Amino acid sequence: MKTLRHLAIATLFILLAAGFGCSQQPPEQKTEKNGPAVAAESGSQLDAILKRGTIRVGFDTFKPWAMKDKNGEYIGFEIEVARRLAKDMGVKVEFVPTKWSGIIPALLTGKFDIIVGGMSVTPQRNLKVNFSLPYEYSGMSIVASKKLAAGRSSINDFNNPATTIAVRLGTTAAEAAKNFLPKAKILFFDEESQTIQELLNERVHAVVASNPLPLSLSKEYADQLFLPLKDDFTREPIAFAVKKGDLDFLNWLNNWVRVTMSKGWLQNRYEYWFFTNDWENQIQ
Amino acid sequence: MSAELLHKKSIFLHRSTLVDTTKTLLLLAAIIWLLILGSQRLGYNWQWYRIPQYLWTVTDRGFTWGPLMEGLGVTFRITGISLVFMMGIGLTTALMRMSTSWAAQGVARGYMELIRNTPLLIQIFFMYFVIAPILDISAFRSAVIALSLFEGAYASEIFRAGITSIDKGQWEAAKSLGMGPYAMYRYIILPQAVRRVLPPLTSQAVSLVKDSALVSTIAILDLTQRGRMIDAETFLTFEIWFTVAAIYLAVTLALSGVVRLLERRFNGLRV
Repeated sequence: MKTLRHLAIATLFILLAAGFGCSQQPPEQKTEKNGPAVAAESGSQLDAILKRGTIRVGFDTFKPWAMKDKNGEYIGFEIEVARRLAKDMGVKVEFVPTKWSGIIPALLTGKFDIIVGGMSVTPQRNLKVNFSLPYEYSGMSIVASKKLAAGRSSINDFNNPATTIAVRLGTTAAEAAKNFLPKAKILFFDEESQTIQELLNERVHAVVASNPLPLSLSKEYADQLFLPLKDDFTREPIAFAVKKGDLDFLNWLNNWVRVTMSKGWLQNRYEYWFFTNDWENQIQ
Repeated sequence: MSAELLHKKSIFLHRSTLVDTTKTLLLLAAIIWLLILGSQRLGYNWQWYRIPQYLWTVTDRGFTWGPLMEGLGVTFRITGISLVFMMGIGLTTALMRMSTSWAAQGVARGYMELIRNTPLLIQIFFMYFVIAPILDISAFRSAVIALSLFEGAYASEIFRAGITSIDKGQWEAAKSLGMGPYAMYRYIILPQAVRRVLPPLTSQAVSLVKDSALVSTIAILDLTQRGRMIDAETFLTFEIWFTVAAIYLAVTLALSGVVRLLERRFNGLRV
């Protein structure tokens, strides 16, 4: 009798779990095996977004790509790009802030439709997602401690075993540091703030990050930090990332970039967010 | 009558084992089925074949360990050293709390409450970003210090429980033999207490192995940090984290197994 009851309870539990599992299924998703073919037949992510009337955008906060203003609203270059994208598509926009290290898995598991997060195109990332045409370029720079790295003025000055570099894990800054400074000791931290803390504590010689962070840091802590390099040492294409195998959506995004770029709107907004301080009073 | 009963019982046992096994297998099958179903629903592109290169590689020049295994080595070093310190700190604190000096009691109590009631992550950050720059301690050492202090606080309570559980007669007997406190603890109390605290102490050691994953936040290249770095580069998120979890599981299971052997030996000695 008891066994029977246990079995019944176990069966019920499994059925419940299965039912819950099924209810979690987003309607537009397909298995990877026949994904591309089926997606092309029965509508792409683009149709799903239009039907829903909302595009869900994944991003993480990076100044001045995306940040919170005084009222708790998101502002920044990426945010403006995402709003414009949604407007041209004729849908509402829903922002889904996501930790940078988990942003691609979140896209792959359908937490949002697209990454508009200042994401640089890399071959490794491209194995997991599809990228649109680049809509902007970003560059890597170095900010160094005056006390530990005084007098260094080229990338080679930092490429030796006695130098310690801090970078944020999972960013292209981490890759750039590994490629350009293979001999240096590199420390990987989860947050940008921790790398800056290490630099200010004088435990690392320099931080590699994408501009304009190094520039603004060197201004903010002018008596401790300086910029050893005049110019950025890389130029990386920034693109929208979407799930693999959705050519319709990708085609729409590519042409959106072409059209918006030809109108000069992207360049105009980029200059506003990166080279002016007009927006500073919105966040302080 | 009794033989018949025995016979019945053995049949019953036999049947219940069968039922048990069937139920377990059914449950396992259901869980695996749910997992497969779930991953299909996600549309996740599994790429397990890219994982082994991170564990080891075999080239013309021979066999080399991959980054995950190198990370495991660092995890072993950190947990090994911390384990020794954990025992030392735990036992010292327990003895201090049971001593007659109120100052020793106060210090031990204060340390234990402070450590036990604050999160380990905060302690690691505090040790690395605040204390270490002042005293110029390396990342590895600050990780070991933070971990041993944290686990030592828990170990001290385990030791204290074990020592207080020893029968009052044992203390009295030791004293009546004219033993001082050192000889009493060394020959009478601790050998008995250790046997009793071994199971909870094992749990603490297993906790130590798992908690060591937190030191990855201060850029130490342990198993978790290696996993995070590979994940950040390749985005093989699920594959990497399942692999890392399996490695931790293997290590902690091995640890528990070793202690079980020890326990058996201790229990053999008791006879």
